[in-house]
Amino acid sequence: MTAATVAPPTLPADARVTGWRVVRAEWIKFRSLRSSLIMLAATVVVLAGLGLAFSAFLAGATIEPGTPAPPGGPSSLDPLGASLGGVNLAQLLIGTLGVLLVAGEYSTGMIRSSLAAVPRRWPVLVGKVGVLAGVSLVVLVPTALLTFGGGQAILGDEGIALTDDGVLRAVLGSAGYLAGVGVLGAALGALLRNTAGALTSVVALLLVVPGVVSLLPESWSDAVSPYLPSNAGQAFMSIGSSPDLLSPAAGAAVFAGWLVLLLGAAVVQLLRRDG
Amino acid sequence: MIEVTNLSKRYGDKVAVDDLTFRVRPGIVTGFLGPNGAGKSTTMRMIIGLDAPTAGTVTVDGRRYADHPAPLREVGALLEAKAVHTGRSARNHLLAMAATHGIGARRVDEVIELVGLREVAGKRAGGFSLGMGQRLGIAAALLGDPRVVMLDEPVNGLDPDGIRWIRGLLKGLAEQGRTVFVSSHLMSEMAQTAEHLIVVGKGRLIADVPLAEFTRQASRTTVRVRSPQAGALRDLLLGPDVTVTSGEPGLLEVTGRGREQIGDLAAAAGLTLHELTATEASLEEAFMTMTRDAVEYHGETDRPTVGSAR
Repeated sequence: MTAATVAPPTLPADARVTGWRVVRAEWIKFRSLRSSLIMLAATVVVLAGLGLAFSAFLAGATIEPGTPAPPGGPSSLDPLGASLGGVNLAQLLIGTLGVLLVAGEYSTGMIRSSLAAVPRRWPVLVGKVGVLAGVSLVVLVPTALLTFGGGQAILGDEGIALTDDGVLRAVLGSAGYLAGVGVLGAALGALLRNTAGALTSVVALLLVVPGVVSLLPESWSDAVSPYLPSNAGQAFMSIGSSPDLLSPAAGAAVFAGWLVLLLGAAVVQLLRRDG
Repeated sequence: MIEVTNLSKRYGDKVAVDDLTFRVRPGIVTGFLGPNGAGKSTTMRMIIGLDAPTAGTVTVDGRRYADHPAPLREVGALLEAKAVHTGRSARNHLLAMAATHGIGARRVDEVIELVGLREVAGKRAGGFSLGMGQRLGIAAALLGDPRVVMLDEPVNGLDPDGIRWIRGLLKGLAEQGRTVFVSSHLMSEMAQTAEHLIVVGKGRLIADVPLAEFTRQASRTTVRVRSPQAGALRDLLLGPDVTVTSGEPGLLEVTGRGREQIGDLAAAAGLTLHELTATEASLEEAFMTMTRDAVEYHGETDRPTVGSAR
């Protein structure tokens, strides 16, 4: 059997690590895990299914303006909010996907192979996050656009148009927000190296902390609340100005800031800690 | 060539690797021998940069592992613990690792063939037996046709066929001029494959010798002699390079003199012998003796049972 080792190996002359090759490797890893494909599909189903369901609910009901939305449902019961109403649940699914992609490498020991192949380390995390964000956007932008279109079709005359002021931005923003939450999950997975802990942190950051902050004295909560990732996201996923939210541009900047901060911390830790 | 210089690793108060210095040369199989917990795995993790040394340096062919532009062309490593995502197939695992270096599917299929995993290459690695997992790890190590092959306890979990296959593979790789560095806690395994030994205990270097020399030193014959006149016999046998120890009255353990010589000496002096037995110390025993002081986790049977106060 040793004779086989004597056969000249089929290797390219320029076999070495490059940034794009790491991205390609991360893409192979992504598509070869059933769990990532299932979580991504579930995100699409929830975003589209709930958006259409809320739109049908809105079309069939007579709702007084200003009625609060049901918990866990759309953030506002208007044609845009209803058709994007799946974002609240979909964010947990794609956040889980992000966590699993990174923390799964630690729980299985795969990270040792990844870091042995790319001992500079940071390209592994950046490549993984790049693939996650890219795949998410490619899948979720069409999903958000189609769900919006379907929702407005259900609403008929009550519906709004994509060309109306700020609507396109809000629809694309919802896809961008979800891709961002995936990245946030990946960063927390890298920081905590533990699936359960990272999942809890995603839920806490997106759902629990905003609730806790709203219980603080009003002057504090008003100062902090708009800067939380979920509320910063809300600022660019909705139309019409709200006193509780930042402007869409500021919201996008704050949300991006969270991602940069958490990813930066994750990279620093990856470089410092033993693999 | 692997060069380890004054390498230390501390985890809190615990010293895992203590000022190790050695070189692993190309063209031969070098065995890295030591009891469990001696710091072998930690040293290997530091060689490929998974752990950062507390002090000292490690280089592979003159550079830190991370500074090589094509690390998998330089070092192929199989580490003790599984390093594969359980949900991914063996082939996809190898494809992903290969892709980081622009290595294609043909090479992946070559290494799959080489380690004998063709039938299961499409199956999830999580369902692999320990032996299949080891083969997958070896396939990954060989992906880049590396100049240095480093395997941590590679025969773990392999059946006798697999063990023979590994021995042949390692020797073949060394004959091709590669640096082959293999750890084991079994002296007998090393005696079959290694040409040179680096022995560690409690993180410290105990020996850095060719296997032949280790064997020569280790295999001194001991002769058990039983005599009612043990005291007189002892005085008779002592001389340069001769050691005589006594475990119980009337029994002597003699090294440095052969059986015939002892019998002749006793007869000439008119001493009675009740037993004269030559015992060859095995390599395993030699290794145990050498590392005894350094063994961290003594088994129950190693502990003195008489008079041990608790």
